[in-house]
Amino acid sequence: MLDIIQSYAPLLLGGALLTLKITFVATLIAAVLALPMAILRIQAKRYLRLPVQIFISFFRGTPLIAQLFLVYYGSGEFRPFLMEAGLWGFFRDPVNCALLTFTLNSLAYQTEILRGALQAVNFGSIEAGRAMGMPTNVLYRHIILPLAYRIAFPALGNECILMLKGGAVASVITVMDLMGQTRRVFSQTFDISTYFVAACIYLLITTGFVLCWRQLERHLNRHLSDHRHKAAR
Amino acid sequence: MTGFSEALISLSLGDQGWGDELLKGLMITLLLAFTALPLGLILGACVAALSESKQRVATAFSLLYTTVIRGMPELLTLFMIYHGVGLVINQTIKWLNPDMGHFNFSPFLAGVIALGLVFSGYAAEVFRGAWQAIDKGQKEAGLSLAMGRLQIFWLIERPQIMRLALPGLGNLWINLLKDTALVSVIALDDLMRMTNIAVGATKKPFLFYVTVCGLYWVICILFERVLAHLEQRANRGMRPRH
Repeated sequence: MLDIIQSYAPLLLGGALLTLKITFVATLIAAVLALPMAILRIQAKRYLRLPVQIFISFFRGTPLIAQLFLVYYGSGEFRPFLMEAGLWGFFRDPVNCALLTFTLNSLAYQTEILRGALQAVNFGSIEAGRAMGMPTNVLYRHIILPLAYRIAFPALGNECILMLKGGAVASVITVMDLMGQTRRVFSQTFDISTYFVAACIYLLITTGFVLCWRQLERHLNRHLSDHRHKAAR
Repeated sequence: MTGFSEALISLSLGDQGWGDELLKGLMITLLLAFTALPLGLILGACVAALSESKQRVATAFSLLYTTVIRGMPELLTLFMIYHGVGLVINQTIKWLNPDMGHFNFSPFLAGVIALGLVFSGYAAEVFRGAWQAIDKGQKEAGLSLAMGRLQIFWLIERPQIMRLALPGLGNLWINLLKDTALVSVIALDDLMRMTNIAVGATKKPFLFYVTVCGLYWVICILFERVLAHLEQRANRGMRPRH
């Protein structure tokens, strides 16, 4: 185990860095897009709601690895078309394909989480805002969104962790993230402790993330009394 | 139009198309999921029971178990089981009898164990949550009727745990179905791998991956329906919410 750490630590840590980068970028872009999607999703008009519902259902109902293959290998079938559009350079790189797939996947999950949170906002608070004559955009900015994000916060943290772990499938399309490097080192050494080292790195990242996220949550809910804060968790 | 009929031919059953191969893969996928399910449920229930124990060691073990399983990528768990257990078995065989041949650890078994372990880690948390959601007064009521600990569990707690845990377990089941696609990486001929083979032979990646996504999608929607029905049935004794 020690010799694996000694000789392959830079490789594995480099892989871990790429894993972190991919997860961070994908979840961040998805987080930005999730809000308009969630607002579309709660509209009463069916033609606004339905496309978002289908999008969410598709990405939550199919395996991530199948989505990844669809984007990475499936785009190859449209190569002449993509070359003409100048997009082939993007789809040729497996990291880009992984990023695109993970962003869409995370977008579906985050939209659904936000949707639940938006619908869980206490209706009395919204009525109070309306009674004070707030227009919809002010209502959203000052009342609905701050409350909804506090409700959604723990679930969004879980989604980030799921993305981080799910991201390991990118190694199958030759992305050299932590899992990819681990598989390479194992195929060279046939030393099972490679997997244990990788597991430790993954556990460290997820545990660190959970602790940070909990602190952030405490900070967000600092105006609530301790009792209610505990109940909210 | 020719593109469409060509697509139909490649997806048809029989010698020319890959439809029958895909269906065979689908059977393996379902078989894998249905074999891993009981393993995961039993293990998960055991770990949940440990977490409710008064023994410090037992609670610490269950905490460690769920943290580690849930903190690792499913793919890594799968590789660990497939390569790790195979290696251990082979070394043990060599140590016992150096003349014996190489033992091939079947990818199906590895898949069942790995997916079962992953399921159990999450299921333990679901069971624990359901167990803790039951009003403590009910246990006290049982004690006051001179029921034993086992009787209280079987007659009072167990039926309610099953009802309370059902939504969580349903989500895990859908996740399990989707996670089965990972076993294609260790060369088990499931739906995903049959699709990869078909793509390799026909050079029509988009068509086949869209088809396989559609298949997984249909299966997930079907099971969601079944689960909604089960939940409705499990809650039939509850007071209806207005």
